[in-house]
Formats: sequence, structure tokens, C-alpha cells
Amino acid sequence: MTDTTSPKPVSAKPSLLYRIWDHELCYSFRNSPLTVAAAVVTLLLILSAVFAGVIAPHNPFDLASIDLMDSELPPAWTEDGEARFLLGTDNLGRDIYSTILYGMRISLLVGFASVVLSAVIGIAAGLAAGYIGGKVDAVIMRIADIQLSFPTILIALLIDGIMRGILDREQHDAMIIPVLVLSIGISNWVQYARTVRGSTLVERNKEYVQAARIIGLHPILIMIRHVLPNVMGPVLVIATLGLAFAILTEATLSFLGVGMPPTEPSLGTLIQIGNDFLFSGLWWISIFPGMTLAVLVLAVNLLGDWLRDALNPKLR
Amino acid sequence: MVAFILRRLAQSILVMLVVGLVAFFMFQFLGDPVNQMVGVDTPIAEREALRERLGLNDPLIIRFGKFVVNAAQLEFGLSYQHKSPVTDLLLERLPATIELSMVSAVIAFALALPAGVYTGLYRNRWSSKAMLTLSLVGISVPTFLIGILFIYLFAVVLGWLPSFGRGDVVTLPGGWTTGLLTTSGLKAIILPALTLGLFTLTLIMRLIRAEMLEVLRTDYIKFARARGLTNRAVNFGHALKNTLVPVITVTGLLLGNLIAFAIITESVFQWPGMGRLFLQSIQEVDLPVMSAYLVMISFLFVVLNLVVDILYYVVDPRLRVEGHGGGH
Repeated sequence: MTDTTSPKPVSAKPSLLYRIWDHELCYSFRNSPLTVAAAVVTLLLILSAVFAGVIAPHNPFDLASIDLMDSELPPAWTEDGEARFLLGTDNLGRDIYSTILYGMRISLLVGFASVVLSAVIGIAAGLAAGYIGGKVDAVIMRIADIQLSFPTILIALLIDGIMRGILDREQHDAMIIPVLVLSIGISNWVQYARTVRGSTLVERNKEYVQAARIIGLHPILIMIRHVLPNVMGPVLVIATLGLAFAILTEATLSFLGVGMPPTEPSLGTLIQIGNDFLFSGLWWISIFPGMTLAVLVLAVNLLGDWLRDALNPKLR
Repeated sequence: MVAFILRRLAQSILVMLVVGLVAFFMFQFLGDPVNQMVGVDTPIAEREALRERLGLNDPLIIRFGKFVVNAAQLEFGLSYQHKSPVTDLLLERLPATIELSMVSAVIAFALALPAGVYTGLYRNRWSSKAMLTLSLVGISVPTFLIGILFIYLFAVVLGWLPSFGRGDVVTLPGGWTTGLLTTSGLKAIILPALTLGLFTLTLIMRLIRAEMLEVLRTDYIKFARARGLTNRAVNFGHALKNTLVPVITVTGLLLGNLIAFAIITESVFQWPGMGRLFLQSIQEVDLPVMSAYLVMISFLFVVLNLVVDILYYVVDPRLRVEGHGGGH
């Protein structure tokens, strides 16, 4: 804290980097070691998922490289472990470490995509409800209320079930990622809608919106160009916490056997595969993907918690 | 009071109608019921006759009316997969799910109340902080993973408790089956109930803590202390009592969540409940079971919501004074 007392040159315009560094958001970030740790962990996990093809010592989808003779090997540091397979292998002889990296890629992909979907639906519904008001507002918020009285996992399961009814089995398996994104995305839009509606109700009576209306801008343009940027703060918080929740939901669906298939496993599928072998003492198949999932979700949750506190004007 | 209840009742009926509509459309437009009932070589004329007999050619609104009337009488047709009445299938499994959820709720509440009060009263002790950190982990670790860890620890490594099934069950008069009266049944419910209740436990604990912190700052607590009341009287008689209003609301809603989240726990512990049946019906696209489960669980939810709202009204006198203009 010594540099704040030393006089700064007044004339020089601070560089962009410095302004970012000096911003209050960044300041609160720098001063929370837990948040920095969470951010580092999240970033590391995301990077290792993105570059799974480079980092992973084996390719779990390359059937030629998989040898059934290597199946059910324990982690490298145990008695029967082999150095080739750091975290052991599963029942098919796939390297657990590599499979986790590839699985995390699917978990993150589904997570991000469903957050985007929920955010788009929720923001659109919230803006429309808040800005237009009246009957539109009543209908949208009534639907939101009804949906909110059901747990999201139930709605996600239901949408998944309906999609299974619409598509036949092969189509469904081929389109499993979009189906998962759709089920998780639709089951989570309500929070965005409620928050955006609340903020829009406040913003809509402010002078800049009235001015925009007077110069004859189209309502949709006003909503997107003028109101939306001013309600994005809370949306960012919900989206961060929502990412953790979406990853969890995907893992749960896959664990329950209605998500990613064993041939293309996400973290949840891996845990489910391992669950069948728990009684044979093959703990590593479930435990390592489980730990990865828990760490990922915890890190994203911590980031979201920090963001919520940092953006909350009451706590400043 | 009567007006309030009537208004909430109307809302509940609206919710049930919407749910019924979803279940109805699922039933009508996904898969052809006639195809499910006849063989491949049935002539078209016979199919048409069956269609007419089943009333599938009636206007949509009449069919929906029939669906609602049937649903109200718990009549959901035959399961595609099990070839037996859906209602029987569900009712057979209802006691297992209800028992699991109730035991979890009792465990969660019994542990959350003292833990929440303790962490609220002694917020700076390291034990409180440890409990809070632990509860954050409890929220981040998914239910099914906790179940697996429990199984590995208590069933595989230690061998203390069974890892699947309900144990021996006793059939009570009225057809209700219970595992709470046998030793093996009691042993079997411990792990699933703990797994299911853990999330609720952390949530209620954090809520009670937050509410306690809020209430302890208020003037009437300071005044109660100034009057020289014992700590016990202030903490439990004045503070805790006033934290319970939101806790009742949330607990009621969480009870519904417990029944829904039992799907996951039942799957981990192979618990023979409704949730597992629902999950199987999704995998097999067994539409009658899916829609029946949806209607039944929605009914449970709606009733719980209604009861909570009425309780809220009874507990919080402010709602009565403000009338319908109030609410925050």
C-alpha cells in the first residue's frame, strides 16, 4: 500500500493496462487470494480441456491405441500401477487422465453453451417483460413462476425425455450434445428473466431511455442498445454461478444415464462407469473424475460469489 | 384469510392445468398410442376402429377434458414397458420415495437447526468457520458423488452399512410398505437419507445463520439484553423464533425438492422408489409413466406450496394487516 501515497505524474494519461489494473473490480480481485486461486484453477482447467489433444498422453477415442490388456490398472504410484497411466485405466483400458481431459472438454462445452442459451432466452424474456409490461409481462412472469416451482433437474429430465420421444434412438444419440444444451438451457432461463426484468423496470423510466424514445428509436433498438448494457452486471453474476450449475446438471444427467454415452464420456459418464466397478475396489475410475468435477464447480462458484459481492454496490 | 386462500387455490389449479396440458401433449403427439397397442400386421380399418373407440378422433379440447377427468381419478392407462396400469406402478413405489424424503428432511432439519444457531451466535469461532467452509463444499460436490463416496467408505471399505435396496419391508394395513420397522430397513435408509439430505442441510443451516445474524442486530434483541434476560431466553425465545418465518417457507419448498432429487439418490442406491421408475421411463420413452409421474409430482409440489403459503400467512401477522396490497 506504499505506492498510493507516492505522488503520481498528473499530466501523463494512464495506459489502458494501468486503468484496468487500477479499476475497483480488479482491486477487489487482487485483494482476495481465494478468488485469485479460484481464477487460476478455473483457467488451468479450461486450458487443459481446450488443449486436451496436445496434453493428453493417450487418445481415448482412438480405438487402435486402446488395449484391453491395459484395462483396470490402478494409478501409477500404487503397487500394480504403470508409469504410462498416471491415474490408472478404466474397464476398457482407457487412460483415466486422458479421458478426464477429454471429458472435461464436453462438460465445459455443454456448460458454456447452455449458459448462453439460458441467458439469451432469459434476457429476451426479461427485457420484453420489463420494457413492454402489461399483458406480455404478466404472461412471461406467470410462466416463469410456474417453472420456478419445479426443480431444474426435473425440467431438464423432462425435456430430455420429450426429445427422446421426438427423435428416434440413433438420432438422439447423434444429437446428444444439442439435446443436453437444450434441456439444461431451457430449465435455467427464469433467473435471468427475473433479474433483467427487475433492472429494466428501473432503467425504463430513466431520462436516457425517455430521450431515446423521443427521438423515435425502435423499441427493440432501445431495449438492446440502451437498456441491455445497463442491466448486464447482475446477468454476469448469474451466468458465472449458472456455469457451475450447468456443469453439475450435465454431470448429473450423464450419471443418471440420460446424458453423454460411455463411448463419448463427460465427467458424469466417467463417474457412472466407475460406480459399477466400485465394489471390485476400482475406486480410481470414479474418484478422479469426481474430484475434477468438484474442484471445477467449486472454483467457478467461488468466482461467482466474488463477482456478486464485488458488483454489489451495497457492500462497497 | 378466505380470500387469500381462494386466490392461492385458483393459482394452484392453473398450475395443475398447465402441467396437465404438458403431460397431455406429451401423451398425444409423441408416439401413437394405437401403434403401441396393436401388432405390425393389424389392418388399417381395425386401427381406425380402435382409434374411434379410444376417442382419438374427438376434437382436441374434448380429449383434453377426458385426460383431466381421468387424471383426477388417477387413471393414466397402461405402461408401454411394464404392460400394467401406471397408477399401480407408481403407488407401489410411492411409500419408498416418501419415506426416504421424510427421513432426509428430518435429518437435515434436526442437524441444521443447532448448527445454524451455533454459527449465527458464535460467528467468529473457528468451529463456525469450519462448518461454513464445509457447507460450501457440500454445495459444490454433487449429490451423486457424495452417494458414491458414502458407498465406498461405509459399504465397501468399512462394510458397516448396505449400499443398495430398502432391506426388509413390512406391509402396513392399507398397503403402505415401510422399512422403518426392521433393523435391515433402518440400516438401509441411513446412507441414502444422509446423501439426499446433505444439500438441504447445508442450505437450511446457512439460511438460519444468515437470519440469526440479521435478527441479532435488531433493537428488540438489544432491548431484551438490556432488560437482563438470560442468554438462553434472548437467543431462543426472541431471536430464533423470529428467524423461523423464512425457514418455514424454504423448508416447505425444499421438501418438494427432496422428493424430486430423490431421483438421483434412488439411482445411486438402487432404491425402489418412483424416481427410479421415472428415470427408466425416460430411457425407454414410456410416455404414460412419464406423464403420470409429472402430474403426481406436480400435485405434491402444488399442495406443498399451498400449505407453505397458508402457514406463512398464519405465522406472519404483517401479511394479514397489509391485506392484498402488501408483499415485498
